[in-house]
Amino acid sequence: MAVFLIRRLMQSVIVIFVMSLLVFSGVFIVGNPVDIFISDEADFEERERAIRAMGLDRPFHMQYLIFIRNAVQGDMGKSFAHGESALRLIAERFPATMELALTAMAMAIFIGIPLGMWAGLRPGSLSGRSIMAGSILGFSLPTFWVGLMLIMIFAVMLGWLPSTGRGELGEFLGIRSSAFTLDGLKHLVMPAFNLALFKMSLVIRLTRAGMRETLLQDYVKFARAKGLRTRRVIGVHVLKNILIPVLTVLGLEFGSVVAFAVVTETVFAWPGMGKLIIDSLAVLDRPIVVAYLVFIVFLFIFINLVVDILYSVLDPRVRLGEMKS
Amino acid sequence: MTTLTHGTEAESEQLGAAAHSPLRRFISDFGESRLAMLGLTVFMAIVLLAVFAPLITPQNPYDLAVLDIMDGRLPPGEKSLGTGMVFWLGTDDMGRDMLSGILYGLRISLMVGVMSMIVALTIGTTVGMMAAYFGGRVDSIIMRTVDMQLSFPAILIALILLAVLGQGVDKVIIALIAVQWAYYARTVRATALVERGKEYIEAAQCLALSPARIVFKHMLPNCMPPLIVVGTVQVAHAIALEATLSFLGLGLPITEPSLGLLIANGYEYLLSGKYWISVFPGIALLITIVSVNLMGDHLRDVLNPRLQR
Repeated sequence: MAVFLIRRLMQSVIVIFVMSLLVFSGVFIVGNPVDIFISDEADFEERERAIRAMGLDRPFHMQYLIFIRNAVQGDMGKSFAHGESALRLIAERFPATMELALTAMAMAIFIGIPLGMWAGLRPGSLSGRSIMAGSILGFSLPTFWVGLMLIMIFAVMLGWLPSTGRGELGEFLGIRSSAFTLDGLKHLVMPAFNLALFKMSLVIRLTRAGMRETLLQDYVKFARAKGLRTRRVIGVHVLKNILIPVLTVLGLEFGSVVAFAVVTETVFAWPGMGKLIIDSLAVLDRPIVVAYLVFIVFLFIFINLVVDILYSVLDPRVRLGEMKS
Repeated sequence: MTTLTHGTEAESEQLGAAAHSPLRRFISDFGESRLAMLGLTVFMAIVLLAVFAPLITPQNPYDLAVLDIMDGRLPPGEKSLGTGMVFWLGTDDMGRDMLSGILYGLRISLMVGVMSMIVALTIGTTVGMMAAYFGGRVDSIIMRTVDMQLSFPAILIALILLAVLGQGVDKVIIALIAVQWAYYARTVRATALVERGKEYIEAAQCLALSPARIVFKHMLPNCMPPLIVVGTVQVAHAIALEATLSFLGLGLPITEPSLGLLIANGYEYLLSGKYWISVFPGIALLITIVSVNLMGDHLRDVLNPRLQR
């Protein structure tokens, strides 16, 4: 375990270093932020002063070295557009993204698993087949378009739900979230469902496949022969065994939910990290773009590590020391 | 005498094999599923519509001279104020006929999807084959890279690349290739590892054939089935991803809108009830992706590979 952790951490450092260099040099090549942030009417001296203030007068390798030195101290530079610390801007938006991603995951689990179990119990029935057809659709529908259609139906045509923003925030146990007020929930439900749809289809398929395999096992027959009620056989004995693969896959998919939040946040104008990065890309706000990408690489390495460790806890047959990564 | 009987036996075996050649068996198996055939038919129709779009469409949606701003945002079925032409699916804010826009958009979507699939498949297959054939250090370096890349979601990698590369069809294709190659590499390596242990490879090695010849003429054909399945699924993915990137404003330039950009253009008008600008391109996108997925779903059953996804 310790060997695994050390090796993983060393690898992570290399990945972060390579990524930061790639991203920094890449973003450096694209466009000149000076043209965007300094008005055309500014005279030569004003331009020079602004360029020096943003640190753009130094050669590339110096800019990168300064960036690394500051980054190690937790300073990712100041946003050109907002004039604030890039990392703080991202940290401010982070809770909104997590709230969206976690709600979406919860929806995928609590809607997906029951539907998948139902489809697995009655594979030939009309309801079972409709659920499966729905899951193919869920796989095929592009997230952003579903978001637009949700807005069109529930916000424009029916007027039930608000189409943009995060709504009123409530506070509970020191956490500020829209999940704690009615207005916030109304704002949250559509984007979260939009983000959840793809994972929900995945959960339905996994659960159904697990269900069909597990139902044929001897212990299920035995439990039935013992005279246990169907509800208990399915709800306890079968469910326990199908949960392991489903939860593992979901853990691995959590990162992609956070990444796909970029799309959902853009559609619903949700004030999260994803919206920030898309807006910053449009105006070439270099520090934010670089900080976001380094931050998300960190996040991913962390998520993958946690999932690997949890996996070994859930399934004792997996030994981390033997895993090559 | 024994050799003679042996010969005829082999001959009759060959005849039998010709009657049930893998290709023919595959075609008949594929035809069994009505859904898959529906997918194939719809997809072929879409391909034809896209290829012959310039001959079919009433308007060239990229020719700004033809567009009349006075025709902007007309609902479906409305006639043009200038030319009297009927816009069956309405117009967007530039006065562009949506039907023409969608067919031209399909051209771009399909081109991007198929092109990136072909190049990614070639790169991925070569790299994966090398990993499987040489093993050892080559294998571990290649597969570590693949694992590392696959631990990041496709959209994130594409986002980073396009942030770096900028806009344009070629750049989108490059980003999609970079995103996809690892899937092929992993699939082909898994299959090739199994094939490498088989006798015919040993036999080929005993004949002192060159590694390249063994890999590409002997191993590769046997690794094709799972590759075809992954390829089909990846085309659908690539098309959806391109649309998503264009929607985010990172993909294609605004002068030649793909489906994603058409949908994005309609976003601001959706709230005022002008649904057609976003809805119709979305439906076209959906039909394309579903038809590819229906084929892919059934191909998976027919070719029955051990997919490592």
